[in-house]
Amino acid sequence: MSNQNDHHEPSEKPPGRKEMSRRQFLAYTLGGATAFMAMGPVLPMVRFAVDPILHKKGEGEFIKVVEESKITDEPQEFSFELQQQDGWYASKATLTAWIRKDEQGKIYALSPICKHLGCTVGWNNDKNFPDEYHCPCHGARYNKLGKNLAVAPKPLDTYKLKLQDGWVYLGQVEPNTEVK
Amino acid sequence: MFKSVYNWIDERLDVTPIWRDVADHEVPEHVNPAHHFSAFVYCFGGLTFFITVIQILSGMFLTMYYVPDIINAYNSVEYLQTQVAFGQIVRGMHHWGASLVIVMMFLHTMRVFFTGSYKAPREMNWVVGMLLFFVMLGLGLTGYLLPWDNKAYFATKVTLEIANSVPWLGPIIKEFLQGGTIVGAETLTRFFALHVFFLPAVLLVLMVGHFIMIRRQGISGPL
Repeated sequence: MSNQNDHHEPSEKPPGRKEMSRRQFLAYTLGGATAFMAMGPVLPMVRFAVDPILHKKGEGEFIKVVEESKITDEPQEFSFELQQQDGWYASKATLTAWIRKDEQGKIYALSPICKHLGCTVGWNNDKNFPDEYHCPCHGARYNKLGKNLAVAPKPLDTYKLKLQDGWVYLGQVEPNTEVK
Repeated sequence: MFKSVYNWIDERLDVTPIWRDVADHEVPEHVNPAHHFSAFVYCFGGLTFFITVIQILSGMFLTMYYVPDIINAYNSVEYLQTQVAFGQIVRGMHHWGASLVIVMMFLHTMRVFFTGSYKAPREMNWVVGMLLFFVMLGLGLTGYLLPWDNKAYFATKVTLEIANSVPWLGPIIKEFLQGGTIVGAETLTRFFALHVFFLPAVLLVLMVGHFIMIRRQGISGPL
């Protein structure tokens, strides 16, 4: 506040110690205080902005899709509805799965989302490649197990699957572990 | 580290004179509260600017969640206020800041009036200041509708009736602002556009003019 005692020179400096000038001290103090105060409005806004990535991803529930007895060796397409909450907007999403059983009667459900660029594949929908999943966008092909034969870098994803009271329940989509 | 980065840029772009010109200038004694405490009345303009900055920042963040749609507007506001971390704080800043900026602007206007600072050669700056005041009121009006709750809806109905009472042009102004014959979906998107794009753009241009004139004409002398 007062400029009179600015001319007070320290008579002796301890040797080998770097003194901080008054200007430097004030710069650090004012800078620090300003930064601290700026954090007041800035931190809430940043935390507000990143909130969605800090939300816990909910463990998906299983949804009743089809009776076990309807599943055949040939993959069949079944669709089911998923209640989804998108922020403040609740809606129903329709998902589809290609479900089949093998010789031992074990049931598999494949996701129809192509692993190339995300189009929707179909079973046996290209005459040139019978008994394969084929993607109409860029010609990716998969065999019955979902193993990638052409174009796509990875096998088709599988749904988590649960059998209960003669019904097939499907859950989250996960990477295919049945085929290499 | 910071210093060497700054120097690297400064060597190439010579930015030091620019920010010196903007920020490094002496404050006359009669407007410095450290010398005369009563000089705090000279702070209201700066406070208006400070709150305006907060309004722009918090508003930018609010649009990360808000949608100007009659079905989802209220839900998105409720969601960001109750579900998103610090939502209450960020919307609180915008909500209370909106009132505070009007108060600060009013006090600033009072100071300019009672110190006679509007007199020659500063008449133009008074006029620009008045335009800023009306733009700010426009921002308040258009922002008020956005939460799309009952208060917002009926407050907008009332203000549109006020616009309607303008002689001759009233009904046209009303329908233009309303974007149709009722306060509805088109009013909401229209007010959103005005609130977020048009009025802030005008506000920034006017503010730049306001500040350049202060620098050219200097702060008015002591009473």
